[in-house]
Amino acid sequence: MGKIRQRLYVIGALIVLSIVSLVPRNAKQRVIDAGTGRMKDTTVRRLPINLGLDLQGGIHLALEVDQSKGPIPDCADAIQRAERVVRTRIDEFGTTEPVVQIQGRCRLIVELAGERDPGRAKGVIQRTAFLEFRITDMKNEFKDALPQMDAALRKAGIKSRAAAPSAVAQLFGGDTSKAGRDSAADANAPGVLSSLLFQGQLPGEFLVPEEQWPLVDSLVQRPDVRSAMPRGIELRWGAQSESRGARAYRALYAVESRPIITGEELVKAVARRDPVTNGSIVAFQLSRRGARIFSQETARHIGHYMAIILDGRVQGQPPVIRSQIGANGQIELGTKPLQEASDLALVLRAGALPAPLTIVEERTIGPSLGADSIRDGVRAGVVGVVLVIVIMVGYYRMSGALAVAALTLYCLFTMAGLAAFGFTLTLPGLAGFVLSIGIAVDANVLIFERIREELVHGKSLRLAVDDGFLHAMNAIVDSNVSTALTALILYAVGTGPVQGFAITLIIGIAASMISAIFVVKTLFLIWLYRRPDMVTLSI
Amino acid sequence: MIRLFANASYDFIKWRRWAFSLTGAIMLIGVGFLATRGINYSIEFTGGTLMQVETHKKVETGVIRAALDNVGLNGAEIQTFGSDTSYVIRARLAHSAGTTDETSSQAVATAVGRALDQSVGAGQYTVSRTEAVGPKVGRELQGKALLAILLSFVVTLVYLAFRFEWRFGLAAVVATAHDVVATVAFISVMHLEVSLIVVGAVLTVVGYSLNDTIIIFDRVRENLRKYRRQNLYEILNLSINETLPRSVLTHGTTIATTIALLILAGEVIRPFAWVMTFGIFTGTFSSIYIAAPVLLWIEKRWPGEDARGARVFGSRSPAAPFAPATPTSSPSPRAPQPAR
Repeated sequence: MGKIRQRLYVIGALIVLSIVSLVPRNAKQRVIDAGTGRMKDTTVRRLPINLGLDLQGGIHLALEVDQSKGPIPDCADAIQRAERVVRTRIDEFGTTEPVVQIQGRCRLIVELAGERDPGRAKGVIQRTAFLEFRITDMKNEFKDALPQMDAALRKAGIKSRAAAPSAVAQLFGGDTSKAGRDSAADANAPGVLSSLLFQGQLPGEFLVPEEQWPLVDSLVQRPDVRSAMPRGIELRWGAQSESRGARAYRALYAVESRPIITGEELVKAVARRDPVTNGSIVAFQLSRRGARIFSQETARHIGHYMAIILDGRVQGQPPVIRSQIGANGQIELGTKPLQEASDLALVLRAGALPAPLTIVEERTIGPSLGADSIRDGVRAGVVGVVLVIVIMVGYYRMSGALAVAALTLYCLFTMAGLAAFGFTLTLPGLAGFVLSIGIAVDANVLIFERIREELVHGKSLRLAVDDGFLHAMNAIVDSNVSTALTALILYAVGTGPVQGFAITLIIGIAASMISAIFVVKTLFLIWLYRRPDMVTLSI
Repeated sequence: MIRLFANASYDFIKWRRWAFSLTGAIMLIGVGFLATRGINYSIEFTGGTLMQVETHKKVETGVIRAALDNVGLNGAEIQTFGSDTSYVIRARLAHSAGTTDETSSQAVATAVGRALDQSVGAGQYTVSRTEAVGPKVGRELQGKALLAILLSFVVTLVYLAFRFEWRFGLAAVVATAHDVVATVAFISVMHLEVSLIVVGAVLTVVGYSLNDTIIIFDRVRENLRKYRRQNLYEILNLSINETLPRSVLTHGTTIATTIALLILAGEVIRPFAWVMTFGIFTGTFSSIYIAAPVLLWIEKRWPGEDARGARVFGSRSPAAPFAPATPTSSPSPRAPQPAR
């Protein structure tokens, strides 16, 4: 009995693990807000199984550098620039977790699950990158205009929804509280907008809590707020969120609307270490025309901060201009890792040398087709399972029923395996799953036939069961290894949907080994323990 | 207790010549189809554009065809897909006139859109699936599919050489090769579209058929040890008969699921389900009628070291039957030679 109990513990642990990995959890989903037409994040509860593009609907693009208008010498560098550019535009896509990755050397893969407008997505990806340098709002004109903006918002009847931040504002220095006090003169409540902005480390830099930035963005886009914006000043968001302490913030920069120079004038940019200070630097070189403009501009702006803006997003923290700069300049990143300098150099090159992309492969699946596929696949699966149950129980009676019980665990384990390892379920994967249900009982069939043979040879029930399991093992292991090997090859060589098929097959084989051998053996042991007087086995 | 084929003792091997003729005839038909009609590669392999369109009401394919001709897509195929209001339009790069650069598959998609606006009317249809594959990607995928099939053969051979003796391995590989040829013939006769998923199905058939052969050979190996007096002919028949109930049951459950897929799982999966369903039949057939007779034939040609013309692994205890092949008895690098 102790042996049975141990086995039950193992099975119980496996079931608990499987259920835990399958508990629906919150997932962020990016949807288009009906009111403003902009993207916003919503949270939905769903099963933690990743659906492939073919089931979820979405767009898969493979892009290469367009060489039709003349060859591009270093396609690997060009595709890296392109990847950097596409990443900065990630927020424009209609999905939460777009996949942007370089495949091989010179190919870029972009996968947008749930994207409904392929034309728009392609436009976003293929748009030429635009790089510009702009001086930040050194005179704090934007901050001085904040009370007017708050007043405009109050007039429009928008109340402050963020109650807590005023306490946090204290932590980040007093400037915001001053803005808050100004507006407090008009009303008791702090200003809607100013209460959401915290002064950053340099003039024109503000920090917005990450979860508030869609709200702030929608506020500053309002026409009444824009009309209160000082002349010659524009707002630009930082490219990435940054963490200060325990919270994540998004930087908002007030910058001059006139760029001092654009990417067209940039000739090259490389990251390296400063031999003297050992700090990371990005060295850049400007064209002759660019050098003329830049030296004039930098002479006027010594001590000012210069925001590097790629596609409307400020990249990194704006560096300060120390002296007049001509054709050759460098951006010092101090003790920051060289990786960050390489990234900034890549941004500069991306803006300087646009890499036109051509689509070499496109797959778009409409969301309704994906939903149809899931429905049809599940229906086929249910019918398949029912047929298997009828065959197994009809032929093997009680033993067949035990195998069917193990089959439900098999389904649970396979699903949990997909969820736990974060694999993606595709349409061929769904077919593979249905197919593997038919194959999964093979191990049980082998075992049961073996037990029958042992019984025919006149062995006692208990011995026949033990020997049946033992003698069937060779065949089971051999046959499953051969299937797993072909599945592994499919995974190694295949792409997307086919890999999904291979993965379900491999997980299915592993799960069927556990359920068909270990679980069924345990059920048999319990059965024999409960009915020690049994003379004929229902098999 | 229901027992199918209990204590069966059919003389399977006796019918081997008939079986060879039957499969030979089927393959001949298949090769004939292959030679005349070729293989219907999907646009994944040829490069080109596929669009699946759902119209709001039924439209004659002729109307769409005329509109496609109108925008210059003369080589485009159009067919209904599962229902009356669902169409698939395929334009392969090889068939579309002239330009085969990387952008043309995109241009075709736009042209199809124009043709549909003309024939069906803008807003009267939705494009539910688009696949546009450039020629370069198509060529790469072709290479990958070939590589996958070749790799699976090599890995199979190595695995069998490791687990069984080379004679068994060779027989299993011949049976598996038979399955691949038969499946390709079937694909050609049925004019199924060969996509990556179908290649996946062929590889799964390889795994499944091998699985089936291994089950029988496993029993052959065991019986060779157990019955020292019988000759290989008898042992093969005995083993096939002993595993017959298992074969019927397992193939029964697997066929049940593939037929469920075939009928219910929708149009995209259907070619996959066809190949799998056929593959189960040919896999079963080849395990009995190709693998076993070939093993017999190999033993006649290159007799093993014991009198019955079959070598089993050394005299290890039956409890540990999986001894690795000893160097003298497994010249697996030479294994492909006798196949010529």
